[in-house]
Amino acid sequence: MSDNNVRYLLGNNAIALAINECNTDVVAGYPGTPSSEIIEYLARMKPKGHIEWSVNEKVAMEVAIGASWTGGRSVATMKHVGLNVASDPFMTLAYAGVKGGMVVISGDDPGCHSSQNEQDSRRYAAFAQVPCLDPATPQEAYDMVAFAFEFSEMFETPVVFRPTTRICHGKSDIRLQTLAPTEHDIGFEKNPPRWVMLPVHARVRHRVLIDKQEEMASALETSQWNRLEMVEGATLGIIASGVASVYAQEAIDRLGVKASYLKIGAYPAPTRLIRELAGSVEKILVIEELEPVVEDIVRIITAGMDIEIHGKDVIPGYGELNLGSVEPAVADAAGLDYTAYTAPGTDIELPSRPPVMCPGCPHRGSYYAMKKAFGKDAIFPGDIGCYTLGIQMGTMDTCLCMGASITTSAGIYHAGETKPICCSIGDSTFLHTGIPGLLNAVYNSADITVTILDNRTTAMTGHQPNPSTGLTVRGDATFMVSLEDIALACGVELVLTTDPFDIATTIDTFKQAKEHKGTSVVISKQECIITARRRGIKLTPFGVDRDECRGCKACIKFGCPAIEFEPPEVEGEKGHSRIGNLCIGCGVCAQVCPFNAISEVET
Amino acid sequence: MTEFDLVIVGVGGQGAILASDIVGKAAVNAGFPVMAAETHGMAQRGGSVENHVRLDCRYGSLIPRGRADAVLALEPAEALRTVDYLSPNGVAVVNTNPLLPITVLSGSAGYPAVDDMLSELEGRCKRLVAVDADSLAVQAGHPLTANVVMIGAVSSFLPLDVESLEESISSLVPPKTVDVNLAAFRLGRKTAGTTD
Repeated sequence: MSDNNVRYLLGNNAIALAINECNTDVVAGYPGTPSSEIIEYLARMKPKGHIEWSVNEKVAMEVAIGASWTGGRSVATMKHVGLNVASDPFMTLAYAGVKGGMVVISGDDPGCHSSQNEQDSRRYAAFAQVPCLDPATPQEAYDMVAFAFEFSEMFETPVVFRPTTRICHGKSDIRLQTLAPTEHDIGFEKNPPRWVMLPVHARVRHRVLIDKQEEMASALETSQWNRLEMVEGATLGIIASGVASVYAQEAIDRLGVKASYLKIGAYPAPTRLIRELAGSVEKILVIEELEPVVEDIVRIITAGMDIEIHGKDVIPGYGELNLGSVEPAVADAAGLDYTAYTAPGTDIELPSRPPVMCPGCPHRGSYYAMKKAFGKDAIFPGDIGCYTLGIQMGTMDTCLCMGASITTSAGIYHAGETKPICCSIGDSTFLHTGIPGLLNAVYNSADITVTILDNRTTAMTGHQPNPSTGLTVRGDATFMVSLEDIALACGVELVLTTDPFDIATTIDTFKQAKEHKGTSVVISKQECIITARRRGIKLTPFGVDRDECRGCKACIKFGCPAIEFEPPEVEGEKGHSRIGNLCIGCGVCAQVCPFNAISEVET
Repeated sequence: MTEFDLVIVGVGGQGAILASDIVGKAAVNAGFPVMAAETHGMAQRGGSVENHVRLDCRYGSLIPRGRADAVLALEPAEALRTVDYLSPNGVAVVNTNPLLPITVLSGSAGYPAVDDMLSELEGRCKRLVAVDADSLAVQAGHPLTANVVMIGAVSSFLPLDVESLEESISSLVPPKTVDVNLAAFRLGRKTAGTTD
């Protein structure tokens, strides 16, 4: 029956609770799916320690490092690709090591649910030679946090904690523990050989890092996150890691397979356990999501042994695993007759349902005007945010990583492309890694237009504040940076601000920027409609006057989900547009309509 | 047996997460282990969303195709899109009110006849329960309670008692809306009838 210590929680909520219970002194991060809710839940818990949304992951990592070097417990949290941004401090941190416990959370996204790639952070941990914890369930994620801090403090190493989407955005019953409060001796002690990574110190620290590998691996090997279950007489061994281990376990149980089983949740992979398993079986199947991290080790350990190894030859190295993708491999390895379920699908043709910009989204007006001013043949490099959905409007020709819109635009120009180039980047993304690109474009005379789609928030990941919103993660007022001032300080000669709900002015603004020789900036400023509505802003919805509507579909092409097309009742006649109850009243479609058939409805 | 695999599908903004929370929390209150998976991030912006809730489950949260005991669909085309999850012995509980995707609104794709989709679904499972959740939600007192109507409609198939579900609803919806949501739940439950 119901138990007060058991709660139904989102994985990220459980992780946040654990961070709070560990008396963490500083938590810094940048939002990114699937990791964003960790800091959001923490903020709601009003922790004693400092928490912040940093401007990017490198900054967050360094803030957390500073806190750790001062003796505090710290967390840097980000999504997997954020660790690329933070990799510079991260790699050298491994040499310097930590003082207060430091956990680097990298939310991995197998299957690219909301990401531009699906890189495997276990590789990063191995690259840096730091331990990595890979939870199989939200409960394990919760339990691992306290262990990660203790391990970090014991070995003076940062610990990578790598929950995947199914852990972060999984919900389950979580058994909470009560942790004894920890005391942290705060104070920065000058110690140049530890904290000043001059070559003379770095060489020494590299050796220290290598020297402690064996002891760390040994301590992780016997940790509770690895579990070897030897089955008497089994000739098959199954090794599974992280979230893949629950799929493997289910397949073994359902199929009734007789196999010795090694579950791995901590890296470096447990070599002694692998050796013990390998010594008793004829065949090993390794089941892991993404990279063959464990498989590589298994192959090294079993080299020269008379043993058959399977892994990425039968388990996909891309995408997310599930029982359906794991079960056939387990059955095959066990020599069972197995007919995989073939999904019959349906013959009925279903319309695709891509994610779209919301009704009233200011980006739609920005893109409409941008395309009108620059023409559809112009080059429109893009960036990462809700506005990447501009691909549906033909204004998203590239998307690579945070901040790359401005820099790739410059490269396209310098390569000799003569068509006009107008890129777009959101306010938060501009502050994240766009500024150096803008500075560089001006410095090296790139003739491009940079559009900052300023919707006053970090919308895609759930409306986190950023330095241009004037609010901190806790909702406290702080300095509100001006995007105009930043652009001017970078040396941009033409900086224009426009309201994308005013289409005519916005088109004119883009035309001016297009005419300008050199780097120009257009700040298209209008609050995200979701946050505006949450603040209680209500606009009068619009409607179509059927008598005036000629069925030209100009508003339909505008692509707002509130507008639909009613085909004509009699063939040969013109149809009509209709505005449904999703309309929030931005009024842009009324400006797009060539026949003045759209106006505010009387309420 | 209390093991039960439920797939909840719909469109971003329809309240699929609240729907799966109601079931998951009720199960935890009743003392079962639960594993659930949710759609967050980019797909939320009006795209298809798919949540999995596995009751009395100690494994992973993803339900294999062909093995869902029930598919609860807040939108009919989304029900058919995820029909492959359904076990032939499963039940499909479907809101019959279409929500047209942008591809249909703009005229670049057609939307199938709801009756055709329902008969296809009917042939793929043991039982189809078609619910006009939008009307029932209005009847309950607020159009936004359609997701809770649907939880009511699937509730008698779940290995959970009414009290646990109602307690879960009361704790998850905004305090001022508890009564209207409970009314929505009960209307849905009554409409769908009981198991067999």
